[in-house]
Amino acid sequence: MKLQQNTLLALYSALEFAADPARQVSAAEIAAKYKVSAHHLAKVLRKLGRAGLLHAARGAGGGYRFAGNPKRITLMDVIELFEDIGAPRSRSRRAEERALDEILAEVDETAKATFRSVTLDTMLKLISRRELLRRAAPGRAA
Amino acid sequence: MHLKKIRASRKADLAQIVEIDALITGLRKPGYWAAVMKRYGGRFFLVFHEGDLIQGYVVGEIRDWEFGAPPCGWVFGLGVRPQARLAGIGAGLLEALCERFRRSGVDTVRTLLARDNALVLAFFRSQGMMAAPFIALEKRLD
Repeated sequence: MKLQQNTLLALYSALEFAADPARQVSAAEIAAKYKVSAHHLAKVLRKLGRAGLLHAARGAGGGYRFAGNPKRITLMDVIELFEDIGAPRSRSRRAEERALDEILAEVDETAKATFRSVTLDTMLKLISRRELLRRAAPGRAA
Repeated sequence: MHLKKIRASRKADLAQIVEIDALITGLRKPGYWAAVMKRYGGRFFLVFHEGDLIQGYVVGEIRDWEFGAPPCGWVFGLGVRPQARLAGIGAGLLEALCERFRRSGVDTVRTLLARDNALVLAFFRSQGMMAAPFIALEKRLD
């Protein structure tokens, strides 16, 4: 399963918001961090908002706040907003193609199970652990 | 935090362990649990209790050179009463078991789960477990 740029941006954004649910963050702030256009990111955030993961904040500065439970929202909850994960593979007639499709489906199922099992909270813990390792041994856990 | 409420399992706990497992899986397996108690009761079969009420259990063992891997701890059963969840009981049980594994000289803990068991997969992920360098394979024998 290869994730599109929008999906990756949505995942990074969801993690930014989930790391501090009370904080109001603008599209421009996240766009600057990941070096993408604010206009493009705004579309991604609107989609996350429509799905109920973000609250649009009114008033000066605008932006969004996290609206979900980081211990309940999985990577797959975000991914399936942007990817057609249920799309069946093309019906191949050749035995070689069918056999290869079967193996690729195995890979996809494993990837989906992994994304379903990792919550935003688990990702934030993983990021913290990596950060601690990086500080403890610079150069080893880049 | 919960360590005082975690102790080695006893024969008297068996009925409640069977009940918890049945609440989760929908199947009563008294014979299976009696055999597990006989084989593992005590050292790596722990329960979380509140007075006489067993709220959860964890069971594992140290396996040497299984699948060609150096000795490591395996968790093969963990259950918490549905109404007692989200209170850190599962995490406490797992950590207590890991501590016993550590004291026995192993530095890795593993488990194996059904790919569609998203809830339990998410729990083990939240405890810092990552994919192991193994792939489970099977073949129908009909």
